[in-house]
This record gives sequence, structure tokens and C-alpha cells, in this order.
Amino acid sequence: MPSWKDDVEVLVDEGKISVPYSWTVGSTLSRFYCELRDNGKIWGNRCPSCGKVFVPPKIKCIDCYEDLRDWVMLPGTGTVETYTVVRYQEPVLHPRKAPFVYGVIKLDGADTGMVHFIGGVDPEEVKVGMRVEAVIEGEREGNILDIKHFRPIK
Amino acid sequence: MRYMEKVAIIGVGMTKYDRNSPLTFAEMVFEATSKAIEDAGISKDDVDNVVTVSSDFWDGRTISTMAVTDASNAYGRDITCVEGDGTFGALYGMMRILSGTFGITIVCAHHKGTESSMNGITNCAFDPLVERKLGLDAVSSAALQARRYMEKHGLLEEQFALVSVKNHGNAMRNPRSLLPMEITVDDVMNSRKIADPLKLLDCSPVTDGACTLVLAPERQAKKLTTTKKRVWMKGVGHCTDAFRLGDRDLADTRALKKAAKRAYDMAGIVDPREEIDFAEVYDAFSYMEPLWLEGLGICDDGKGCEYLERGWFDYGGKLPVNPSGGRLSANPVQAAGLYAMAEATLQLRGKAGKHQVRGAGTALVHGINGMCGQSHCVWILGR
Ligand SMILES: [Zn+2]
Repeated sequence: MPSWKDDVEVLVDEGKISVPYSWTVGSTLSRFYCELRDNGKIWGNRCPSCGKVFVPPKIKCIDCYEDLRDWVMLPGTGTVETYTVVRYQEPVLHPRKAPFVYGVIKLDGADTGMVHFIGGVDPEEVKVGMRVEAVIEGEREGNILDIKHFRPIK
Repeated sequence: MRYMEKVAIIGVGMTKYDRNSPLTFAEMVFEATSKAIEDAGISKDDVDNVVTVSSDFWDGRTISTMAVTDASNAYGRDITCVEGDGTFGALYGMMRILSGTFGITIVCAHHKGTESSMNGITNCAFDPLVERKLGLDAVSSAALQARRYMEKHGLLEEQFALVSVKNHGNAMRNPRSLLPMEITVDDVMNSRKIADPLKLLDCSPVTDGACTLVLAPERQAKKLTTTKKRVWMKGVGHCTDAFRLGDRDLADTRALKKAAKRAYDMAGIVDPREEIDFAEVYDAFSYMEPLWLEGLGICDDGKGCEYLERGWFDYGGKLPVNPSGGRLSANPVQAAGLYAMAEATLQLRGKAGKHQVRGAGTALVHGINGMCGQSHCVWILGR
């Protein structure tokens, strides 16, 4: 049965929402990012109950719910646990142009993985189990991008 | 655990999956909810409360539940919202009824994925102080999970491709489906690379859709509907894993295992492999189907692909998985889990049409929330 709807020119209204935020980084991550910015070092924190070391650090252990008071400086080296070569472009979201590589890196001295870029290597050459080290940016702002990427240890 | 009262699904309504639907999301909810009320054979005045499933980010408006108040028949009634998958919305609806405070409950979910940016919105699910700045989104994080799963158990991309072949093939029998396709493993392997190891045909499509369920307490369900119509919510379980990807082993399904055990215990299921007749499992990406089937205890860890290759999960197999075509064939995010429950309801009524699973008496429906299946909800539905 024909309907009046069949003849309607359905319009599309183009919109965009842009709202500013000033996110407080909190004491735990602030300390992490200040160490990274000022000294170029990666720190984690250890659970006094189970001994697990978290990086990026957390305020409490997710398993024990204990305060993570003990800070440990990590050497910045680690092993690639998994990775992906990103092939699509998202100019607003991605800090770099595809193809580039994300990895989960298990840092030496830590019990959690850290998601970051793997660089300084042909994306096709990246492997699980590859040994990598952090490359720290020269100009640093106090955020996760102060680590440029992790590159293979020669 | 024994409950005084049971809860039944007495009505379902779905819009046909679409892309760039000419309807607003509220209009889609009107359509799905009208169909569900009609399907239940009740009056809209029999309903006393509404649970909506929506996300402010997807809808592009805050307090998104209020935008569908009229459409979900909540005007003049109580309305509340779940921001997560529809399976969790149904859980909230059931809990409201079991509390004794509410009677007939509408649970509705909508999604207009084609109105916004999937990557932009899923990027905003990440901590703005850590991973969000890296540009991660649902697809790139899923790719990290897929690779980890492959490495842990020595799996191949070709095995994941089989899931896509099966589910797009199943969609050929579902008239509501968005992407019914007869494809081969080669087609999947040769489709555009998105984020290794995921190719285009390993990923679910951006989809528009709305779905509504009508839930009723036992005594009303028995009064208002026939045995053929009502489907019982026999068991449910849910569980959540760590938020940060690096805090989990992405190939470990510990949260799902707990959720499944709770659902099985509640439904009195001892051996899910033997007692479940078919399953709708959250296949937002091809690799997820075998991974979640392992978490659900249908197969041992690392064996999902082996069973898949043996045809266990085919439409005519021992335990058909995603006979509707799954999320790979249509994935209105958040609404998708509710669609799966509606699909399962039609199957259990014996009214699924061309994709009817023969002898469907007990169904498993699974939904996820959060990146890489951080949170899981498992339902056992039955006649
Ligand atoms: Zn601990």
C-alpha cells in the first residue's frame, strides 16, 4: 500500500558536539607523568599484598584493593605480548599516519602490559616476543606521548 | 538458587537492520515497541515501566533515555536506562520484576551507528589520561586481542575467516539481516586489511536498528499469553574484567567463565554442550566467536576453531551458533544483544522462519560490554 512516506525527501542535519574538559590527572598518574617528563623515566608501583607491579601505576591493586605505596623505577625495556598493524587513517584520533603499530608491551619488572606504539622498525617485521625498549621524546609535556614508541633492541 | 517467581519474554519487536535509516532513532524505537506490544497481545496500558538501552555518545545527546520516552511507551510511567549491551538491559528489567515492585516491563534498545563515527566514539571509551591519546578504538584493540588469541593457541587467520563465512551464510536465511552473503575463506582473507590480523570481513558492519522486548512476571505471563508465545528467562550471569587492556591477558576469558557458570547454575544446566540447542554469541569480530565459546565452556580453551572446522557450530551442526547471522551480519551496538534475545525467542517459539533451528528448546544468548569483552552477560532462555 503506498504511503505518504514514500514521497518524502528525508533531510539530514549535519552536526558536531565539541565540549572542553580539564581532566585532573590525580596524584598517582601525575607522579608517573612528572617522572616521565622531568627525568625521562618510567615508574610503576607495587602491591604490598600480592607483589604485582602495575604500569602505568594505579592508586590501588585491582586484585587486593590495597594502596600501592611502593614505587619502582623500571628499566624501560620489555617484550611484545601482542601487536597490530593499523591500516586505516583517523587523522583526528591517531597521533600518526597509518600504517603504524600498536603493541601491548610487558615491561621488565612489571606484571601488567602497557599499550603503546611500536616504532623504529618496518611494521611487517614486528613479532610477538620481540624485545623492545622505550624511546623517550626530547620535548616532553607530561603525558603518555612523552614515550615516543618502543623500538626493537638491536 | 531458587526464585519465588519466574520472568518470561512475552513480546518481541525488531526493526529491519539498516544503514542510513530514514527514521530517527526515536522513530525506530516507536516501530520496535509497537511491534513488541502487538506481538505480546497486550495493551500499552498493561505496561508499568520501561528500561531503555542507549548511550549519550552514540545518540549525540545527554540523558539519551529521555529522547525515547514517548517512543518506548514510558510517558506517564517509570523509565530508567542501561548504558551497555541490551543483554544487560534485559537483566535490569528482570531484576525490576523480581524485586516485586514492577509488573510488565518493556526493555528497548536502539542504535544509529551510521549517524556518527564508530572509531571516534569507541576511542572515547578509553581513559583520556592514558590510552585515549594513543588513538585506540574498538577495532584496533580487538586486533590486539585477536593476535594474542592466535599466539596463545597457535591459531590461523583462515580459521577466524570460517566464522565470517558461516555467519554471513546464516544471514542468507534471515530476512531482517543487513549483510547476507555467500562468501569463501579466500574472500575474507583477500578483503581489505583493517588492523592486522583483522580484515574487513572479520569485522561487523556499522548498523542501525531498534529492538524491544516485553517482560512479564510469571502470573501475568500465564494469564496474558499462551504456552507457545512465552519464553522463560531461566538463567542469567554477568561478570566484569579489568578496565585497562594491559591489566588483562586478552586471550583469557575468566570473566566470561564466571558469568557462564552463574547462568548455568541458575538454569540448572550441568553440561552446556549437551543441554543447549543453539547459541547467539557476540561475534563483533570473527575471532570472538570461538574465543567466547571457549569461555562459555562449550569447548576447551584453544579448541573453539577446531570444533568450528568440524562443523559443530554450523546451522545444521551439533550446536548451531549465530543462526541469525550474528553480529558479523548486522551489529547495532548495544541493541545487538537485545536483538539476539529476540531472535532466540522466535526460535524457541518455533517461529524463526527460514532460519528456524530444529528442536530448539534451550537457547544461550551472550552479550558483551566494554573493549575486548571486558564485561559479559550470559542468558539461558527456554520454553
Ligand atoms: Zn595486590
